[in-house]
Formats: sequence, C-alpha cells, structure tokens
Amino acid sequence: MDILVYGTINSVSLALMGLGFAMVYGISRVPNFAHGALYIICGFVTWTLFQKVGLPYVLSIFLALCVNGLLGMFMYRFILIRVRGMNISEIICSYAIGLAILEGLRWGGFRGMTNTLPVFMEGSFMLGGVPVDYHRLFMVIIGLLLLAGLWVFTHYTRLGLALQGMAQDEQAALMIGIDSDFMAMLAMGFGAILAGVAAILILPLGNIVVESGYNVLIMSIAVCIVGGLGSWMGAFFAAFIIGFAQILTVVFIGSHFQMVVALMAIILTLILKPSGLFGRQKELEERV
Amino acid sequence: MNTQQLRKERIDRGIKVRSDGLYALMSWREMVYLALPRFILIAGMLSLPLLMPGVYWQRVISIVCIYAILALSFDFLAHYVGLVSLGGAFFIGTGGYIAGILNSYFSIPPFLTVPLAAVIGGAICTLLLFPCLPLKGVYFAIVTLMYPLFMARIIEAFDIFGGTDGILGIDSFSSTFVEQYFIVAMLLIFIFAIRRMVTTDMGLIFTAVMDNDQAVKASGISITKYKSLAVFIAASMGCMAGACLTHIYMWTGISMFALDFSILPIAATVIGGSGTLVGPLLGCLILVPVSELLRDFGTLRIVFYATLLVGFILFKSEGLMVFGQRKYEQFERWKGI
Repeated sequence: MDILVYGTINSVSLALMGLGFAMVYGISRVPNFAHGALYIICGFVTWTLFQKVGLPYVLSIFLALCVNGLLGMFMYRFILIRVRGMNISEIICSYAIGLAILEGLRWGGFRGMTNTLPVFMEGSFMLGGVPVDYHRLFMVIIGLLLLAGLWVFTHYTRLGLALQGMAQDEQAALMIGIDSDFMAMLAMGFGAILAGVAAILILPLGNIVVESGYNVLIMSIAVCIVGGLGSWMGAFFAAFIIGFAQILTVVFIGSHFQMVVALMAIILTLILKPSGLFGRQKELEERV
Repeated sequence: MNTQQLRKERIDRGIKVRSDGLYALMSWREMVYLALPRFILIAGMLSLPLLMPGVYWQRVISIVCIYAILALSFDFLAHYVGLVSLGGAFFIGTGGYIAGILNSYFSIPPFLTVPLAAVIGGAICTLLLFPCLPLKGVYFAIVTLMYPLFMARIIEAFDIFGGTDGILGIDSFSSTFVEQYFIVAMLLIFIFAIRRMVTTDMGLIFTAVMDNDQAVKASGISITKYKSLAVFIAASMGCMAGACLTHIYMWTGISMFALDFSILPIAATVIGGSGTLVGPLLGCLILVPVSELLRDFGTLRIVFYATLLVGFILFKSEGLMVFGQRKYEQFERWKGI
C-alpha cells in the first residue's frame, strides 16, 4: 500500500515535470534544456512576491506563472528562433541559458534551506493505512486535471488544433495559414507555464534549492525519452513507470539509487528503442 | 534615396594564391606566410609557461591546455565525425579515476599512469559508448550528457573508489617544469596529428560518415567500426587530459564528472571556431583565465561563459579562428552591383 500510494504521488510529480518539456519538444522540436531553470525561477518569483513583497499567495502564484510564460516566449522569440532547426545549437543554447539562470540565482544568494513556500492546506489523512497530506492529494488531483485539460485543449479548440497541426507537419501547417513561429513561441510559453505549475505544486513539499533545477531537467528528459520524445501520453505513462521503479528501488535497495534509476532508464531506452515507448516518428531517421 | 545595392566581395590575397601547393617553395616570403601562423602557435605555447608571473598562473596555463585537449576531442568528434558528444566530463572522469586507481592502489608512477589511462580509459569509454553509436543528433547528445552524471551517481551509490571523498594522496609530476611542458607538448602533438589525420583516407571516411552514412555503408565500409575508432581517439585524448588533471590536483573524485568539463570545452570550441581544431585552444586561452579571474565571484563565472556562449552562437557562430583566418587570407571590400 505504501508503494502504491507514494508511487502514484511520485509518478504524478514526475509527469508534471515532464509535461512542459514534452509539449515544447512535441510542437516546436526544440529540446528545451532550460526547463529546469524555468521551474526554479517560477519558485523563486513566487517566493519573492509572497515573502518579500507580501502579496497574497494566490496572486503571487498567478503573477509568477505569467512571468514564467513571458520569459519562455522571450527566450524563444529572441534567442532560440535564431538557431531553430540546428539540433546541436538548440541544445547547447538552451542549456547555456538554463545554466546561466541557475548559476546566476545561486550567485544571487538563493541557496541553503531558507527558502520555502507554504503548502496549500495543512494536515493529512489516512489512505489505506498510509498517512497522506492534503497537499500531495492536491498535487495528484491538479496534475490529473491538468492532463485532461490539455487533452481537451489540443483536441477541441482552434489554438490547440493549430498547435497539434504544427506538431504533425510544419510545412502543411504553414500552407493552411498557421504561423509556425508564433505557434512555436506560444508552445514555449505554455511549456514554461507548465514548468511553473509543476514548481508551484511540488516545491512546497521541500526547500527551493538551485540544485533541484538540474534534477528536474534530468527527470523530465528521462520521462520524455522513455515515453518517446514529443508524445505527451507517452510521457505520462513513462512517468508512472519511472515513478514506481524509483519508489521500488528506494524501498528495496536504498535511496541513493533513485537518480541512478532515471539515468539508467534514459540510457537503456536510447540504446534499445530510441523512439521511446510511444514515439512513432523518428525511428528510421535517427537510427542507422 | 540611395538604391544602389552593395555586396561584400572576397578575394584571396595574391600571396595566398601563390603559396598554394608546391610553389610556396619559390620564395622566402611565401614560406614565411605559410609558416608564420604555425610558428606563432608553437612558439607561443612553448613560451607561455615561461612568461607567466608565478606558480599560480603557470598552473592556469596547464589547466588551459587540459581543457584545450578536451575541446580538441570535442571538435574532432563533432565536426569531423558528426558525433556531438556533450560528455567531456565522462572522458575526464574516467581518465582521472584510472590514473588515480593505478597510482594509489598499484603505486605506478605518473609517467606510466598517463599513457595507461589514455589507452585503458579510451577502451572503456568506447566500450560503454558502443551501444549508443547507432544514435545520431539530439539522441547521441543527450545520452552522452547523461553518462558522466550516471558514473558519478554510481560511484556515490556503491561507495567505490573512495566514494564521495575521492582518492587522496596521488603523486604529482616530478616537477612543475615536466608537468607544464609535458601537457603543452601533448597538446601541440594532438593538434598537428589530428590536423594531419583528417586529411588522410581514414579522415575522409570519418567526414563521409558525418555527411552521409548510408553512402558509406553502401560502399561496403563498416560505419560502426569507424565511429568506434573515432570515439576511441577522442576518448583517449580526453582520458589523458583527465589523468594529467588528477596528477596536477593530486586528487580524484566525483567532481571530475562535473558539468564544467562538459560545457567549457563546448563554449571554447564555439568561441574559437568550430571545425578548425586550433580554435578550441584559442577559446580555452580566453575562457579559462577569465574564469580564473572571476573565481572570487563564485558561480558568476559560469553565468559569464554561458552568456558568452549564447552570444557567440547567435551573433558570431563562425568563431574567432575562422574570422581571423579569413582576414589573413583574403581581402574584403564592398562593391556595387
């Protein structure tokens, strides 16, 4: 029961981390290696607005999400758009941006255990003999709602359909009048907002530390690679696989191995089936 | 309104045209023109340790050379074989740990551990990367980025080779003089050897693997064999650099797998000029001393070179070396059309 409950919680938090990365890659084909930095920056903006400026919690969360979305869009519009289509430059560029943000924050004095966000609701309840606090419950519910919402958004709204069209075939999308650069910019903004949502849901459970930015990046890459780059559903299922695998290793082997599992998953997936569990495209292109 | 359009015209200098091929031997002037850049490189690198004002800055020059070897291996692998490896730290760490283990557990002296680390480390890296060789592009980049992290976590989790403390008390080189000139000499040898190698038949196959691997396959040449050979060459260089680093610091540990070793060589290559093989050295000569000067500001130096890297990728993606080469060999002028 322990494993089931905490495995689910862990999996949902992984899915939340990976969703933004999967979305950006799926639509604009930009591997956004600044994902971890966007995650952390949202946490810090919320913290600054809430603790230093003294705005209400909900308002500061909302503002932080807006800032994050704009930041993602700016990043695409002014930097990544210039290297679009050059895979390696994209990776190096976005990784360098992420590195600059994270190390800049570290230099700016955001380290140690002092920065925390409050949980949404105190207290806990028993679920089949396992204590679960309300915040984790919220996280699971909001995560699932978000996923459902995204599904509805991409299948039933004009904007969502346009994004999906671009993900499927950029040339054809251009031909029927979808502005691909604008859409890619929007996708980057949405990706950044999703990273921010993940940050706001997950960060109250611990401290805001810069190091977790790197871990989030690795976890989201793990989730997306195992699920197949660009496939959202794949990312979601992969999050459950990795999430449960992690909890199982923690229970039976030791907590040191939690990260090893994720890295192992990336390497093994890339070696055995580079297109991931649910990725359909790319298989022939990327493997000789 | 001025509607006349201009275009930039580039013409090879007369001396460049005359000194192409055997005719360079016709006059001293042309021979000097050809030899000057190489002479500046060799003489400059050999005199740098002497010019430096103290032990600290001499040490910095050694570190520059180590990073330059790593960046050279990245440049070779990325621009002559088409395998973009983001895992420079993997090579450094493997080489460093092998040198550390050989020296402290088997007490083998440094002048033997360094070549041994290069060969054994190259073999181990090639063996571990072998399953990933069919991957291309982003996928190879991601998987190589993960390897150093993976190795660090494995060492941490299993608590082997000193665990998080690392291996202490490793012998240093016999003197600072030997340390510096050994590394400088290795760097120069590597630069000229790789430059020579990429023009041989083997180098031609490497370039062909990058341009069109299916065509290489169709010619009856095994891609995997040549890719693993290239990885072995690059990994050996990286491992040798790691072994030297271990002996300089007299210590090896998990931070040998740190991201610094992956990102700085890439930044140096981009800034210096990708595909020129000398560019990485130029980039390292700029980046490493500046990052040493910024050491007091802590992690600000990482911000600095990450920003510089983005700037160069966006606005000057050819790099300094290509720019300089063009100025040396060509006239440029604006011309009406």
